Parts: sequence; structure tokens; C-alpha cells
Amino acid sequence: MWSQIIMAAEPVVQEAARAGIDWSAVWSFVSNVLTTFMLAGGLFFVLAGAVGVIRLPDFYTRLHAAGMTDTLGAELILFGLILQCHPIDDWQVIAKLLLVAFFLFVTSPTATHAVAHAAYKAGEKPLLGRWRAPALEDET
Amino acid sequence: MRDPMPYIMLATTMFLIIGMLLMLTRLIGGPSLYDRLLAVNSFGTKTVLFLCVFGFIIDRPDGIDIALLYALMNFIATIAVLKFFSYKALTVDLRDIADDLNEGSQ
Repeated sequence: MWSQIIMAAEPVVQEAARAGIDWSAVWSFVSNVLTTFMLAGGLFFVLAGAVGVIRLPDFYTRLHAAGMTDTLGAELILFGLILQCHPIDDWQVIAKLLLVAFFLFVTSPTATHAVAHAAYKAGEKPLLGRWRAPALEDET
Repeated sequence: MRDPMPYIMLATTMFLIIGMLLMLTRLIGGPSLYDRLLAVNSFGTKTVLFLCVFGFIIDRPDGIDIALLYALMNFIATIAVLKFFSYKALTVDLRDIADDLNEGSQ
């Protein structure tokens, strides 16, 4: 990744030294670097959530791992893709990506909450050490 | 110098596929229904991201339309499966069980 970034910086530096600063080339380099970092950050959160779903011991901790990281990782990846679009030529792509980001941002925590509430109502017990789970209605 | 971004996006899709495979192991071996439902929901989110990135790789961002449809359908499918397994029917009027829901939230 670093070698690709440095190789991408070469024509930008040469061109700026030769004929002033070409701001479109500078912006393409900066947007490429920002997109790379945002995709890497999004992948970190998505893969951390996946590993958490595999390894955590009970259902509620798995839900916590998947629900929180998926939202942030998806937003990071989608905004990284938005940086690759031309703001005038590709405005439809930007609008569609923003719609996807908005719907994921709204529906992902809602679905997670619905799954948690349904599991709690169905009597799924969390693994607890010193603490007790709040009692269900029919147990009190 | 060729454009490096398609290769970076290709690596992104590879890692997204790895995440989807990890979710599939939880989907197949999940001990309860809710684990499987959580795995399906998270798999759908990763599918949406995969479609968006793949549309950028082939330089035809039409896949984002399908990703938008998939994001909405994923949410509705999760809610529908939850409602079916909670009330054993999809034709339950939620106004009839509003008292039950209010008791549960207190």
C-alpha cells in the first residue's frame, strides 16, 4: 500500500515542479490517499465485528459486536467511495451512495434493537458473572 | 503509472468476502435462532458494501441501485422473520398486542 501511494505521488511532484501546481492532480492524489485510509478503517471495523461474532461467548455480546461495528464500518467505506466521485459529473452516484449510507445508518441499529428485544422477550438468557439479568415480566 | 484505486478496491472486496465467510460460519453453527438472524443481518450489510465497491471496480456504478434495494430489503426481511417467529403468523395486527408490547418495554 505504501509503495503504491509513493508511486502515485511521483507524477504529481514532477508535474508541480515543471509547470506550477495542477490542482486536479493534487486533489486526485489526496482523494486516493483519503479513500485508502477510509476503506482500511472501515475494513478494520467490519472484520473486528465478524471476529467478535465468531468468538464472543453469548448472544448479547455477539449482538453488541456486530451491531455497533457494522454501522461505523459501512459509513466509513461508503464515504471513502464518495471521495472517488467527481462532484459534478457523478452527482447521481454521490446521491445514491448518500441514500445507501442514510438507510444503513437508520436501519442497522433498528434491526439490531429489534433482534435484541425479541430475544429478550423470548427468554434468551445472557451469560453473567456477578451481575443478574433484569427480571422478565412473568418472573416477578 | 496506472490508476492504483481498482487494486485497493479489489483488496477491499477480498476482505469483505472474508468477513462474509466468518458470518456464514456463525449462520450455519449458531446455537439459537437469534444468532442466525443476527448473522443474516450482518451478512446483508456486507453484501451492500460489496455491491457498492464492486460497481466502482468495474467502473459502472449501476450496482449501487441494487445495493440500495438490498439494504431496504434486508431490514424488512429481518423484521418479518422476527415477527413471524414471535407471533407464529405474519397477519397479526400490532394494535391488538400493543398492551403486551408496552408491558415489555417497562
